[in-house]
Amino acid sequence: MLRPSVSIPRRGRGPLWRDPAVRALFFQVMLLAMVLGAIGFLIHNTMTNLDARGIRTGFEFLDHRAGFPVSQTLIDYSSNTSTYGRTFLVGLANTLLVSALGIVAATIIGFLVGLARLSPNWLLARLAGVYVEIFRNIPLLLQILFWYFAVLRTLPSPRQSLSLLDSFYLNVRGLIMPAPEAQAGFMATPLALAAAVVGVIALAIIARRRQAATGQQWPVLPLSLLLLIGLPLATFWMTGAPLEWSTPELSGFNFRGGMQVLPELVALWLALSIYTAAFIAEIVRSGIQSVPHGQTEAARSLSLPGRLTMRRIVIPQAMRVMVPQVTSQYLNLIKNSSLATAIGYPDLVAVFAGTTLNQTGQAIEVMTMTMLVYLSISLIVSALMNLYNARMSLKER
Amino acid sequence: MNMTTKKPWTWASAAGLALLATLGPSTSFAATLDDVKSRGQLRCGVSDGLAGFSSPNAQGQWQGIDVDFCRAVAAAVFGDPDKVSFAALTAKERFTALQSGEVDLLSRNSTWTASRDNAMGLTFAGVTFYDGQGMMVRKDLGVSSAKELDGASVCVISGTTTELNLADYFRANDMDYNGVSFDETDQSAAGFDSGRCDVLTSDSSQLAALRLQLADPESAVILPERISKEPLGPAVRQGDEQWMKVVRWTLYAMLNAEESGINSDNIDEMRDSPKTPDDARLLGRDGNFGEQMGLSNDWAYNIIKGVGNYGEIFERNVGMDSPLTLERGENALWNDGGLQYGMPVR
Repeated sequence: MLRPSVSIPRRGRGPLWRDPAVRALFFQVMLLAMVLGAIGFLIHNTMTNLDARGIRTGFEFLDHRAGFPVSQTLIDYSSNTSTYGRTFLVGLANTLLVSALGIVAATIIGFLVGLARLSPNWLLARLAGVYVEIFRNIPLLLQILFWYFAVLRTLPSPRQSLSLLDSFYLNVRGLIMPAPEAQAGFMATPLALAAAVVGVIALAIIARRRQAATGQQWPVLPLSLLLLIGLPLATFWMTGAPLEWSTPELSGFNFRGGMQVLPELVALWLALSIYTAAFIAEIVRSGIQSVPHGQTEAARSLSLPGRLTMRRIVIPQAMRVMVPQVTSQYLNLIKNSSLATAIGYPDLVAVFAGTTLNQTGQAIEVMTMTMLVYLSISLIVSALMNLYNARMSLKER
Repeated sequence: MNMTTKKPWTWASAAGLALLATLGPSTSFAATLDDVKSRGQLRCGVSDGLAGFSSPNAQGQWQGIDVDFCRAVAAAVFGDPDKVSFAALTAKERFTALQSGEVDLLSRNSTWTASRDNAMGLTFAGVTFYDGQGMMVRKDLGVSSAKELDGASVCVISGTTTELNLADYFRANDMDYNGVSFDETDQSAAGFDSGRCDVLTSDSSQLAALRLQLADPESAVILPERISKEPLGPAVRQGDEQWMKVVRWTLYAMLNAEESGINSDNIDEMRDSPKTPDDARLLGRDGNFGEQMGLSNDWAYNIIKGVGNYGEIFERNVGMDSPLTLERGENALWNDGGLQYGMPVR
């Protein structure tokens, strides 16, 4: 086709659709429109279908009164007045509690077992090996049921409770212990603790700079402990010990007063941490073994003592291998906590995706919310661990 | 550990429902009867193990009132009570399984309530068992009334009407309690048995069944109070009138048969020489009442022949011929002082 040269807008370029940048942009916009259109169609079709089947949709149910009890509530909840939306928060809090407890315990047990497995002590290393092989090879659900039914259920009834000092009681309903009740002026103590934490962090930074500058070390650990324990304790006494204890007493069917640790929580916590610790132990072992032996030999030739070699040379390098894998284990633990429903621990799946779903019949809304929660928790944990990993990773200078 | 195999149900059903609802064509479920006929089998949702209502026997065959009702519907549709497959559902899974089309009929001791009938896409077809919520306690607690249960720990099955009634009852009587919710019937009974709870609450027929499963049934006693109305019945998906009527009239046929004294033993002679015009219509000798529903005219004959009349099913599964030995009570026929009333076939 002939065209007058004046009508070519850009020198050396063809028409608009020959411009790769414009074409790329066009395809991006098309793709975005298709994706949005597909999502819109799915949502619209879902609503239409649910409506045609007479299934209620929407999120209004979150404002309706729930009317069922939950055995463990970390936040205020009453079966008489609270809403379905509240059951979501109650379940979420319980999931977070058992996940956090499990992550802490699994990390500690996992590290100890992983180190023990590398121990030159034959017995210790073999015992650690047996632990790992047993607990990582039995399905988690069976372990949860084992801890709940086989171990915890053998405890005595409330009337025959095992008691310690007449204030701690252990029975089939859990561990009942005195509960602290804060009086006026107690807030000073947690504030003092917060101040102590800030102090410890400052101390660590100053000590590190000092060591870098002068080579001299401060006894950071004893000083920190003194600060962390001493300061809140001193504040507590100076404000007149404003804390009273509500001691449990057996009245009627159950103990009243005090606080109660549910056996369901303990069973789930034990099972999750012991199971996950077995995997973490292997990660710790592989991480340490991935550090070339030359590093240890070099440290020894500088006559660094064994413990210091481990702490300063081996573990920091092993961490780079370990952190991404341990992150996966943390995520697994959080997701596995949804097995709680098997033993009646009121986690998010049991309370919200269980009872609330069934009472309201709004499966799609409830399941979507639940899945989004697990996704968000996992992404947050993952992001935090990546942040930590970035700090730990090799800095090329 | 039946747990492990059943757990995925909820998620699978919910996922199935989501998939169907999002991708399926925008029409309501319809023509379940045609689907069932072309499949050659009825899919029926029953309880995951509740003596008298639905539980597998020593030979691995399902039995119970709920199971027999499924068989009766299969007999009405196919003339063969065995053309039915059973899906064991927990209380939590049951409605999602029905909504998503995993089962054609839910016959799983489910209470007929307004919210379930109106907002969950279900329709209840009738009442197979009039029940009420009761409480079971250990005998050694020395409790004789539910009003004395202030402060007790109560085991309950999650996702049931009983869970809500329980909260209402304790609030109305100004009492406290600790609720422990379990997923499955067996686990809540195990919780009660091991002393985790002082009280086990459920429909009183169910309590009678669970009591027999305790290590020592004599150690527990069911309190006299009935704290709620629990009309239990079969449910189908909303929006399929024809199928709902097949299910509803299956129940009426069994009730009418009992009222007329027709049972699985005498049905052949009753059909050959009906005593009343009513019997003749019920058994397909007069009129085309089966064809009006999309069934054959001997639908009621097939039900009674294959499964029995309502009284037979009751006595065999939960009544005096069963370990539960429940009285007919409200479940007696209307002319016998009860609430069961079959609409006339006319």
